[in-house]
Amino acid sequence: MNVTAWTFIMVGTSFALYIGVAIWSRARSTGEFYVAGGKVPSIVNGMATAADWMSAASFISMAGLISFMGRDGSVYLMGWTGGYVLLALLLAPYLRKFGKYTVPDFVGDRYYSQTARVVAVICAIFISFTYVAGQMRGVGIVFSRFLDVHINVGVAIGMGIVFFYAVLGGMKGITYTQVAQYCVLIFAYLVPAIFISMIVTGHVIPQIGFGSTLADGSGVYLLERLDGLSRELGFEAYTSGGKNTLDVFFITAALMIGTAGLPHVIVRFYTVPNVAAARSSAGWALLFIAILYTTAPAVAAFARTNLIETVMDRPYDDVPEWFTRWEETGLIRFDDRNGNGIIEYRGPASEVENELTIDRDIIVLANPEIAHLPGWVIGLVAAGGLAAALSTAAGLLLVISTSVAHDLLKKALRPSISERGELIAARVAAGAAVVVAGYFGINPPGFVAQVVAFAFGLAAASFFPAIVLGIFSTRMNKYGAIAGMVVGIVFTASYIVYFKFMHPELNVEAHWLWGISPEGIGTLGMVLNFVVSITVSAMTPAPPESVQRLVEWIRIPKGAGEAHEVSL
Amino acid sequence: MSTASNSYWRKNLQYVATLLAIWFAVSYGCGILLADWLDQYHLGGFKLGFWFAQQGSIYVFVILIAVYVKLMNRLDRSYDLSDEEAE
Repeated sequence: MNVTAWTFIMVGTSFALYIGVAIWSRARSTGEFYVAGGKVPSIVNGMATAADWMSAASFISMAGLISFMGRDGSVYLMGWTGGYVLLALLLAPYLRKFGKYTVPDFVGDRYYSQTARVVAVICAIFISFTYVAGQMRGVGIVFSRFLDVHINVGVAIGMGIVFFYAVLGGMKGITYTQVAQYCVLIFAYLVPAIFISMIVTGHVIPQIGFGSTLADGSGVYLLERLDGLSRELGFEAYTSGGKNTLDVFFITAALMIGTAGLPHVIVRFYTVPNVAAARSSAGWALLFIAILYTTAPAVAAFARTNLIETVMDRPYDDVPEWFTRWEETGLIRFDDRNGNGIIEYRGPASEVENELTIDRDIIVLANPEIAHLPGWVIGLVAAGGLAAALSTAAGLLLVISTSVAHDLLKKALRPSISERGELIAARVAAGAAVVVAGYFGINPPGFVAQVVAFAFGLAAASFFPAIVLGIFSTRMNKYGAIAGMVVGIVFTASYIVYFKFMHPELNVEAHWLWGISPEGIGTLGMVLNFVVSITVSAMTPAPPESVQRLVEWIRIPKGAGEAHEVSL
Repeated sequence: MSTASNSYWRKNLQYVATLLAIWFAVSYGCGILLADWLDQYHLGGFKLGFWFAQQGSIYVFVILIAVYVKLMNRLDRSYDLSDEEAE
């Protein structure tokens, strides 16, 4: 059987599985639609959170990013996992005890202010839309590269599937499909990783092979060989970083804190039955995420070694079949500048001009072919990439529909709406969001890719301090919180807009504030937010007695169960 | 706030502060600030600072949450604040 046939089988089977799960677990009330009735076991929620969190970017692009950045790629590994420690210790248990459906609900009630609620709703919708457009694009890319389907048709198929289970199933349907999607994506990630680890180092476990000697009998460690190859070609040694330490520090912090502030991740902790389950499901989530995140850097190193050894100084007439195949998609480009017919792949420090351009996505997508793995593994990778993109898209669409139907319609515009009416509104909003997301997937605005990376900085500089202070300080009042959020987000957004959109030519280290890149500036925005919040709050009246009692109440784990029921 | 819930909360803050100190030390400490210095040591084929940045810190994160869950469940039970069925 050929690769395309295998891919159709793998993708088709996984889609049938998701639809089956969605029908079996569809939502019948607003409680089930928003938070799956609050009855999801913590290990199940952990798995769903992992799938929710790991997007097309984690599955398709991350190993490639690390592969080309070497040590500097660590910011993504630590940044996108360390946030779960903050989430588990500082946010999840308390937000679960609070027990309403959304982040804007918490902000609005804790800061006794409709303004704060609306600001939070706008932030949540903005963050979710930028993200979801990227996921739809990811779906389109997987379809077009593996199945020779046009990218727009791919996006349309993805929209159809997500529409089906997000609109029908709500949170309940999404939770159980995400569990299925996690299983598909982690299997699809590990199988090729294990194969490649065995081929390159002879070890079954990639995390161990990563630090072992090569299987060619030379006794040289993999990383030593890779450092050597990199230097030989004029790149930095793989295991030494090129970025300045302060910037690495700030980027890592922005990603970590941003992760803890993302609304589609936080909302998952409302679905478990009690506070203890919220804590442990954060632990399960990180464990399931760590399986992929500790494998990714190993894959990055194996693939880079493999790639360099395959193409280095090879005559162009002699390239393997995959090279030509991926050349057609534009992911790999050879430009024979000196006309000698030999592929000269070189880094910036080399005297020979580089002739090969490689897209980072190829590391995961083409790795099975580079390592000569069987056709079914390639089909599996396609199914895994789709699972990662669809699961994240569904979680984000739910946040958007909840924000519109619950936070805006029910809480701000029409409090008298019936549960039935609210459920219909939520489904209509989810449907509309799918269409808008699909539109952006087909016509991606140029800024999406850039904005996604900055969504973390913005979440770190806005939501995180407001929520943490709202839990850990009874004294924090609405003036402090609103001033802090506004200062944090305006500062961060201005810095990003200035360097990325107004003066991209100045976007180099010499012009940055203390050498902090726009990717890392959210950390400074967060610090400002904390300082402003605390100062302003100290100078203005304390919050009402009832709010202080609410804060004391959410600190005590007992009695979380009842708060979940819908008051009709 | 009653005295019992006050002391529950203080204990909780102690746990959180200790665990976050470790969290900071492995990621920002070993993985970033001290990484170059740690690279003189080796763990198999890994330079130690590189290992912390790409592997070790993630393992420690998982362990930290597991420890937190254990500690808090015990604390909840000793203050009779647990929602879980008696085990």
